[in-house]
Amino acid sequence: MRKLRVVIAKPGLDGHDRGAKVIARALRDAGMEVIYTGLRQTPEMIAGAALQEDADVVGLSILSGAHNHIAPRLMELLHAKGLDDVLVVIGGIIPDVDIPKLKEIGVKGIFLPGTPMQDIVDFINTHARARV
Amino acid sequence: MKTVAETDREPTSRFTTISGRPIERLYTAADVADIQYARDVNDPGVFPYTRGIHATGYRGKLWTMRQFAGFGTPEDTNQRYKTLLRAGGTGLSVAFDLPTLMGRDPDHELSLGEVGKCGVNVTSLADMETLFDGIHLGDITTSMTINSPAAMIFAMYLVVAEKQGADWKKISGTIQNDILKEFIAQKEYIFPPRPSMRIITDIFGFCAREAPKWNTISVSGYHIREAGATALQELAFTLRDGVEYVQWGVDAGLDVDIFVPQMSFFFNAHSDFFEEIAKYRAARAIWARTMRDRFGAKNERAWKLRFHSQTAGVSLTAQQPYNNVVRTALQALSAVLGGTNSLHTNSLDEALALPTAEAATLALRTQQVIAHESGVANVVDPLGGSYFVERLTKDLESGALDYFAQIDRMGGMVEAIERGFPQQEIAESAYRFQQAVERREKVIVGVNDFVQTDEPPIEILYIDDSASDTQLEKLAKLKRSRDNDSVKRSLDSLRAAARTTENLMPRILEAVRAYATVGEMCDALRDVWGEYEEVPRI
Repeated sequence: MRKLRVVIAKPGLDGHDRGAKVIARALRDAGMEVIYTGLRQTPEMIAGAALQEDADVVGLSILSGAHNHIAPRLMELLHAKGLDDVLVVIGGIIPDVDIPKLKEIGVKGIFLPGTPMQDIVDFINTHARARV
Repeated sequence: MKTVAETDREPTSRFTTISGRPIERLYTAADVADIQYARDVNDPGVFPYTRGIHATGYRGKLWTMRQFAGFGTPEDTNQRYKTLLRAGGTGLSVAFDLPTLMGRDPDHELSLGEVGKCGVNVTSLADMETLFDGIHLGDITTSMTINSPAAMIFAMYLVVAEKQGADWKKISGTIQNDILKEFIAQKEYIFPPRPSMRIITDIFGFCAREAPKWNTISVSGYHIREAGATALQELAFTLRDGVEYVQWGVDAGLDVDIFVPQMSFFFNAHSDFFEEIAKYRAARAIWARTMRDRFGAKNERAWKLRFHSQTAGVSLTAQQPYNNVVRTALQALSAVLGGTNSLHTNSLDEALALPTAEAATLALRTQQVIAHESGVANVVDPLGGSYFVERLTKDLESGALDYFAQIDRMGGMVEAIERGFPQQEIAESAYRFQQAVERREKVIVGVNDFVQTDEPPIEILYIDDSASDTQLEKLAKLKRSRDNDSVKRSLDSLRAAARTTENLMPRILEAVRAYATVGEMCDALRDVWGEYEEVPRI
C-alpha cells in the first residue's frame, strides 16, 4: 500500500501558520506524504490541490473564524470533482456551536487547541483510505 | 551506600527554561564574576539601562494599561473602548480584522467570512470617525496594530484628530508598522520587502516633521515568539529587525538622533518567569550599546529602549480556561519586574474566541492588582543583583549578539528573511517545543497533565456575520455618496508617487481625505509593486 497523501492548507487571510507547519511535520514524521500549500488559499485552490496531488486527506488550519464559509464551499468543490472519499479534517479555533454543522457537511475530524499531534495521526490512520 | 552527592543528583534534562535553556541548581557570586556593575548593568536611568530607562521606575509613572480590543463594526468596538476607559484603562489599542490588515475591502472575495471576526473592520475614514466617536484623540494615546496598510490607517487617524481639533504635534500613540516580523512570523504582508521598507522610512521621515510625539513603529517580538521562537530568538530577531529599520532610515538620509527616539518595541511576556525578566533587561542593554556604538547616536533618547508587552496568547489553553487567569498574572508580573512601559493582559477565554467584556475587564483588573496591591511597583528593578537574573541577562545578551553577527554576515535582515533563515529557526523551535509537550517533558496544566474530562463549557463571544453585512452596506453607500473623481485623482497620484522616491504620506493623506478605501489605496500600490508570495516550507 502506498503512503497516505495529505494536503495541509491554510485558507483565508490569516497568516498564523505555526499550527499548520507543526502538524505537517508531525504527519510527515509519522510516515505520510505531506503537501503544504502555503498561505491564503481559496477553497478553489485547495480543491484543485487535492485533485492534482491525488490526496487522501485534506487538513485545514483555521483560526480566524471563517470556517463556516470556507468549509461548506470546499466540500461542494470536492464533491463536484468526485473527491467525496477524501477525508477532510480541520484544526484550529472552532466554537462548539459550529461543530455539529461542520460534521453534518462531511468534515470528519475537528481538532481544537491542545490536541496532541499523536491523536491527529491516529485519527487519520484510522479514517483515511489510501487510494489505489 | 550512596553518597550524599549521588542521592542529591538530579535528572538534569528536566531543568531547562521553557525555551530549552539549561538552568543550574544554584547561582552564586562565582557566576557573575565577569559582570562589572557600572559597565554591564548600572543604575536605572543610566547607560546601558539594563535596570530600566527611568531612574524613578514606576514611582514617577506606572506602566500604561493598554488592552488590545476590536471586533465587529466600528460601532461595536467604539462601545467596548468606552467600557475599557470607564473601567480605568489608560490607553487604547486597536485590533483590526484580517481584511483591514491585508488591505482588502469587505467586498473582496478573500474577505469572505473574515469581516469583523478577528478585530474591527475599518474600510475608510468614515469607519475611523465612528471608531473614535466621543473619544478625544488629544486626550488619550492609541496604539494601532497595523502593518502593511499602516500608512493608510495612520493617515485616517491623523485626519480624525484634525477634525476633532487635536494638534498633530501633540497627539501620541503608536502604529505597529513592523513589516519584518510579518515576513518572519505573522505573515500579514502585502508588498515585497523592499517597497515595504520604503513606506516605513517614509513614515519615519513624515513623523519626524509632523507628529514628533508619535511612536512610528513598534518593533515586535511578540509574534515571533507566538510563532514558536525561543526567548533568545525573540530577543535577537526583534532587536536585529530594529537595527535593520535604523539602517534603512540612515540610508534614506534621516538623522538617528531624531527618528530613533520615535521607535518603540513590543515583547511577549511568556511563562518562564526569570527568563522573561532577563530578556527585557538584556534588550535595553543591547539597544543602548548598538545605538551608541554602531550608529553613533548622541541623543540619549535614541539609546533608551521603550517597550510594550503582552502576555503570551500561545500559552493560553482551551482546557480549564480559568487557569489562564493565573498564567496571565504571572506573565504580567514578569513584564512589570522587567520594567515594561505598557502592558496588555490576555483574557481567560482567548484560546476559544475573542474575549467577552467580562473576561477583558478581569484581565485589566489583573494589572491593577499587580500595580496597586502587590507592592512590586515601589522599587526599581527589584531583581537587579540576583546572581541568577544577572547571569541569565548576560547570557541572553551574548546569545543575541551571536545571532546579530550571523545575520550581518548574510547581508542584513531583509536578506536573511529572503533566505528564510529566521522563519526556519522559528519553525524548528516550534516543532521541538511541541515534541517536548507530547513527551511530557514540558507540562501544560490541564492539557498534558492534571487533565479534567467533565468541564462545563464557558460562555464565549460569538461573532456572527451581521458585521460583514453592515460593513458591506456602508461600503456600497460610501461609493455612491463620495466624490469618486477626487478618489480616482488621489489614487492616480499615489500610484505615480510610488514609482518615484517622494514621501508617500502626503499622497495617502489626500486619498484618505477623499474617502478612498484601504483596499483601493493598497491596490494602487499593488499595481506598482506587486504582491509578496512566500515559498511554502515545512
